[in-house]
Amino acid sequence: MFLTNWFQHTAGWPYPVAWTVAQLILIVVYQGVVMVSVAFWILADRKIWAAVQMRRGPNVVGAFGLLQTFADAMKFMFKEPVIPAAANKVIFLLAPIISATLAFSAWAVVPLDNGWVIADINVGVLYLFAISSLGVYGVIMGGWASNSKYGFLSALRSAAQMVSYEVSIGFVIVTVLIFAGSLNLSDIVRAQGPDIRGWYLFSPLAPMLVVMFISSLAETQRPPFDLLEAESELVAGYMVEYSSTPFLLYFLGEYMNIILLCALMSIMFLGGWLPPVAVFPFTAVPGVLWLLLKIMVLFFMVSMVKAFVPRYRYDQLMRLGWKVLLPVSMAWVVVAAGWVVFVRPALAHVFGG
Amino acid sequence: MAYLDKKARQIFLWEFVQAFLLAMRYFFAPKVTLNYPFEKAPQSPRFRGEHALRRYANGEERCIACKLCEAICPAQCIVIEAEPRDDGSRRTTRYDIDMTKCIYCGYCQEACPVDAIVEGPNLEFSTETREELFYDKTKLLANGDRWEQAIAKNIELDAPYR
Repeated sequence: MFLTNWFQHTAGWPYPVAWTVAQLILIVVYQGVVMVSVAFWILADRKIWAAVQMRRGPNVVGAFGLLQTFADAMKFMFKEPVIPAAANKVIFLLAPIISATLAFSAWAVVPLDNGWVIADINVGVLYLFAISSLGVYGVIMGGWASNSKYGFLSALRSAAQMVSYEVSIGFVIVTVLIFAGSLNLSDIVRAQGPDIRGWYLFSPLAPMLVVMFISSLAETQRPPFDLLEAESELVAGYMVEYSSTPFLLYFLGEYMNIILLCALMSIMFLGGWLPPVAVFPFTAVPGVLWLLLKIMVLFFMVSMVKAFVPRYRYDQLMRLGWKVLLPVSMAWVVVAAGWVVFVRPALAHVFGG
Repeated sequence: MAYLDKKARQIFLWEFVQAFLLAMRYFFAPKVTLNYPFEKAPQSPRFRGEHALRRYANGEERCIACKLCEAICPAQCIVIEAEPRDDGSRRTTRYDIDMTKCIYCGYCQEACPVDAIVEGPNLEFSTETREELFYDKTKLLANGDRWEQAIAKNIELDAPYR
């Protein structure tokens, strides 16, 4: 808004041009920041994992190894992309691009602060859900186009896994929607105000955060659900045949999805940009930092889970998804609806809220 | 009761909570790894690293081209050619070691009657090309000059056990 106004009034451009240029600048800056931050999330992941195993992790490139990921990225970019002779070239190269593009575009609706959002659409959650469902295509196309049995098997596994866990994520989102009464992510955060007492973590929705967390791990193929790259069986997952920049795109997309789901969980359950206590020193901190802090906590848990939970077997994974998490989240839709219709008005009556 | 107890633990992810606490204990535990390029593990005087050809204190090369090392080398990575020098002493004209073949068994230094060929303490001699690992006499003598102090000390330390 500020940029649009500036272009319109100071530079004197017509509104459509000013709006387009302003939005483009915002998008480029936003995506740039997100992409650079991914480098540090990857490093954090490696460092946390290393610490649990009493190792040091990357610590040579830059101070504390801060530049390690950039060095890795450079290495990937300057390597030769090997395309297998039997691969379907177009789809082979298209698949990682789809993966990365979807991972980027999902960030458009994530509100970083009150009003800090590229696209404040009123079906933000639905958009996010749709985009993350489309992610399956990047995986399955990559696996199929490689024309390798390992890649293909792995893509099938991962597609089945992503589809199964999306269902329970969907129901978790429904419970949050029932509570917040809106599909707009910013409105969901506002509904959790003004401080920690309003967060859905401290409401009857609390178990849904756990369900959401577990499903997110499965959805992004993080350990302990990284069956698609069970090293002893499938080498490295659906990206076995990928090298160089295409691989980098997959890798980037994977981590961006993880952080996106952490952000989504912070927004839906931990009050997004809201401070835990709405008094002075806390309200002075920018909302972005609160959101970042919440994402960090969740990402730390994601990394820790990788370090201490052994990998699930495929049937265990499917059993957990379909026979535990799905019924629980479906039941909670009913509970949440009941709470909103019967208990909440009663509470309001009793406490005069 | 035991059944209920087990189920309750499952529902509240009790084992995962415990695993998390255990992992956190290790998270803050001191690191067990060496900070390698800046911090190195202690090395035995018998360590068998990069090869070197030594010289006597007066600068004369020790090797007398007896070819015992060439004969004993199980990987056959040593090639020696020799002929009498102008002053009549027998010296090598060629002393090559193919470091890509060498298995670092140390037989060459055991076989050497004059302690000329030795495996020094150096283990950081990776190269960017394969060709750089085909060592010739100049390279080996240069290694000898560079590592002489460390090599001499190691031989001295190991002497009581031979």
